[in-house]
Amino acid sequence: MSEHEQFADDLALYALDALRGEDRARVEAHLATCAACRLELEQLRGDTALLALSAAGPRPPQRARKRLLDAVAREARVPRVAQTSTHRSWWGWLGWAATAASVVFALWLWRENSALHQGLASLSSRQAESRRELEELRRIAAPILDPETQRVTLVSTRAAPQPQGKAFYLRNRSSLVFLANNMPALPPRKAYELWLIPVNGAPIPAGVFKPDAHGSASVVNPLLPAAVEAKAFAITVENETGATAPTMPILMMGAGE
Amino acid sequence: MLSPQPQGISADLALVTGLKSGDQGAMAQLYDRYSSVVYAVALRVLGDTGAAEDVLQEVFLQLWRKPSAFDAARGSLGSWLAVITRNRAIDSLRKRRPETDIDDVVLSVAPDLAGEAERARAAEKVRGVMGIMAPAQRSALEMAYWEGMSHSEIADKTGEPLGTVKTRIRAGLIALRKAFQT
Repeated sequence: MSEHEQFADDLALYALDALRGEDRARVEAHLATCAACRLELEQLRGDTALLALSAAGPRPPQRARKRLLDAVAREARVPRVAQTSTHRSWWGWLGWAATAASVVFALWLWRENSALHQGLASLSSRQAESRRELEELRRIAAPILDPETQRVTLVSTRAAPQPQGKAFYLRNRSSLVFLANNMPALPPRKAYELWLIPVNGAPIPAGVFKPDAHGSASVVNPLLPAAVEAKAFAITVENETGATAPTMPILMMGAGE
Repeated sequence: MLSPQPQGISADLALVTGLKSGDQGAMAQLYDRYSSVVYAVALRVLGDTGAAEDVLQEVFLQLWRKPSAFDAARGSLGSWLAVITRNRAIDSLRKRRPETDIDDVVLSVAPDLAGEAERARAAEKVRGVMGIMAPAQRSALEMAYWEGMSHSEIADKTGEPLGTVKTRIRAGLIALRKAFQT
């Protein structure tokens, strides 16, 4: 059974918002590292939408329209004007942006390669796939390029300073890209887990990852609760399936820059 | 008589863009376009007109407050609203705190469901697929979807193994997808 098959049935339950507790955390940890399963989740949610549309019934009463529009009028807002940011130098981030771009490009190449090996596909399905890929790239790049992104550097809390991680967190989109290098190799069946430490509340799992042979690793857009204000980010070593609460000690930690 | 307003996904996108700039008229148009879908889903789950109106209000206010949560590249607004509504209605039914934020609900739907005629045809097709589904599978899917029962609760109720219930729910969803791929 492949890793994806192992999660197939649980993904359907997740799409129905029917998973809770450890099962939910396990699926979310997998989704954080598996683009194929994220796409399958989107498909399954689309399937649930079809089911929802089978509901038929009377139209809502007229008072519901007035109630809504009155509430909207009370919350009327002034259009937001785009601001030009001048307070932050971007030059220091170019290196990381280049690294991130290479990660994005590598992901794209990998997906293209997989697509080629899958043989012939219809033109329409290729167009749809390309659109998804472009959208995926846009989503991945957003937290790196957006001026409102909160950037956090994580360094080792121990004497050896070599391991380093960079977290790019865009709170208003709940988007996070994390890049690490010089990470020590792990014992068998162990993995690093990234944690978002909110201003209030318990640490939130933000992706499980294992470094490659060079000690490099990345976490791209893990599933996170919406608009959580991050006080810091941290890394622990956990079982490779991930944990719902960090196991001490915290190996790396960093607050916003 | 046909509506003179433009239909389709591009019209939805223009209206959602209007929301981002605070256009209350765009909100009214979106309500007129999708309130029947949202209300029908909420009423089907909750079975109570007052509670369904509350969910209707909550869903559209969420869209007003955060129109950027809808990702137009991935599916139609009607489908997205239907999923959001169903999840909120189930949360209300089960008296539980929402666990999934609307930003996290990204979905992909192949058919264009922006117009009422398209939605009516899709609903007919869904009812057809459900009609020929094995009764145990249809029942498991409906209990999970419309009653918000967990697979454990369904297994307890039906006496079926947990794994069987899980597989039936997924297979039911896949059967729906396949019906729209042909």
